[in-house]
Amino acid sequence: MNNKIQGTAIKFGNNINTDVILPGKYLVLVDPYDLAKHALESLDPAFPDKAKKGVIIVGGKNFGCGSSREQAPLALKYSGVKCVLAESFARIFFRNAINIGLPAIEFKGISQAVETGDQLAVDFEAGKVENISKGMSFEVDKLPAFILEILSDGGLIENLRKRINK
Amino acid sequence: MNITEKILANAVDKKTVHPGEILDTSVDIVMVHDLTGPLAVEAFKKIGVQKVWDNQKVVVILDHQVPAESVKAAELHKTMRQFAKDQKLRIYDVGRGGICHQVMPEKGHVIPGTVIVGADSHTCTYGSFGAFATGIGSTEAAAVLATGKIWLKVPEAIKVNVTGKFRNFVTPKDLILAIIGRVKVDGAIYKSTEFTGPTIRNMSIAGRMTLCNMAVEMGAKNGIIEPDETTRKFLEGRTETLPKFDWLRSDEDAIYEQTMEFDVSTMEPQIACPSSVDNVRPVSEVDDMPIEQAFIGSCTNGRIEDLRLAAHVLKGKRVKDGVRAIVIPASQEVYKQALDEGLMEIFTNAGAIVCGSACGPCLGGHIGLLAAGETCVSTSNRNFIGRMGSTQANVFLASPATVAASAITGKITDPTKLEEKA
Repeated sequence: MNNKIQGTAIKFGNNINTDVILPGKYLVLVDPYDLAKHALESLDPAFPDKAKKGVIIVGGKNFGCGSSREQAPLALKYSGVKCVLAESFARIFFRNAINIGLPAIEFKGISQAVETGDQLAVDFEAGKVENISKGMSFEVDKLPAFILEILSDGGLIENLRKRINK
Repeated sequence: MNITEKILANAVDKKTVHPGEILDTSVDIVMVHDLTGPLAVEAFKKIGVQKVWDNQKVVVILDHQVPAESVKAAELHKTMRQFAKDQKLRIYDVGRGGICHQVMPEKGHVIPGTVIVGADSHTCTYGSFGAFATGIGSTEAAAVLATGKIWLKVPEAIKVNVTGKFRNFVTPKDLILAIIGRVKVDGAIYKSTEFTGPTIRNMSIAGRMTLCNMAVEMGAKNGIIEPDETTRKFLEGRTETLPKFDWLRSDEDAIYEQTMEFDVSTMEPQIACPSSVDNVRPVSEVDDMPIEQAFIGSCTNGRIEDLRLAAHVLKGKRVKDGVRAIVIPASQEVYKQALDEGLMEIFTNAGAIVCGSACGPCLGGHIGLLAAGETCVSTSNRNFIGRMGSTQANVFLASPATVAASAITGKITDPTKLEEKA
């Protein structure tokens, strides 16, 4: 996976839970592109359409709280979300996102630094987030090396295959 | 060290561990269910190993959409049955188990001091038996199926010290709602929450399970309670081996990020209002809110003690016209017990419907969904927008006593004041 990501920001508030990211009634869907059609629809029915061109979600505190359903980050990833930046993450969502190869980066202060529609560039290996529209650049905590490796392999399963077949 | 640190240190054969340290931990038990299992199976097949690392350590439980509510669900169940058969795994199928978090300890899969991961966020329930237990996703479950290992960061810990005796109709559910109301939904992210104090020592296993179950609603990695005689009594006869667990005590000098004190002796019944679990108030403040549905069940409050309490309130009374009261025992064992004790008769006479053991309305994907504009008061654990059906519906979270009292009056009702309201 490319460590540098660019996209338009779509901003959400605090405590965006997995039930609004993907309601329980859709958990019987198997194809990730079917899940994607319902991503965040409870908050914004137009989200799956907006995400198609490739977006970066900017969340508040406790992004992804609630259920352990991996279908939530999967729905985001396949709707076109390239990366999630948030003030903080619920731990299961964070792990799930990384494990399916969706970069999730904690960045305290992101809510103030970004508006919906801003162009962002994220280099998660270098730990840099740039708000191109506002001409601002920020240092963020780098993800640990083993997490970066999982991301660059495209997810935990690919990473595990590589390690097991070594 | 505190009890969580001791369990993790033991799991990696180290003398001590410290918060923030990342451990490559051995897993004792992994659990998957019908909604998270199929994705895990799909991911497992991509890894390139033929067999799970240890088929005695994997438990499959069908509970979310059972019996199958659609052809799609039936296909998912079929996938899980086939995987369990191929890999020779323990599976609790329709009619043989119930809600995963009730079945796991009932069937002896939860042993104090072990490390348990489950592809469900309420896996933290098993901390009530002094196990380290936390929720994971499907891909991670697949990795555990293949390797028996998981990386875990040693969490900082919050100590919740509870004193006092509950008043009549005030329960551990009211306590955990009060705790979440104070800690807030993100107040314990990545952390361990350890419940301790005289009230916990006197609490039933059912009550302890309710507390640990909702630890994740504060963002916690795990909830935990030191095991004791009450734990031993529950587990005896349910598991082949019950090792000594006197080592599972937090040291006097154990380090906590913070300590909180709760005195339950003056506590009123509590309720979490829409649409956040930390939007908690005394029930008396939202008294008289009309309801269309009352749900008693779930991994939070579907145990025999919960059903007894609800039946005690409902005995000889009628569910208000216009209210649907749904009762779901957490497991087949609870169902049978409720039947033997005559509770089913009380519910049925009151005009409530009793459904088969499953997650039910809690996740809004099976039965008992809400229409736009409807309100449900529920003993479950989440009241998020759209959780129980329509995004325009409202869910209030409360104890079995409050839900039963509300079913009778058709309005949210403080069970301690039912006599004057009814």
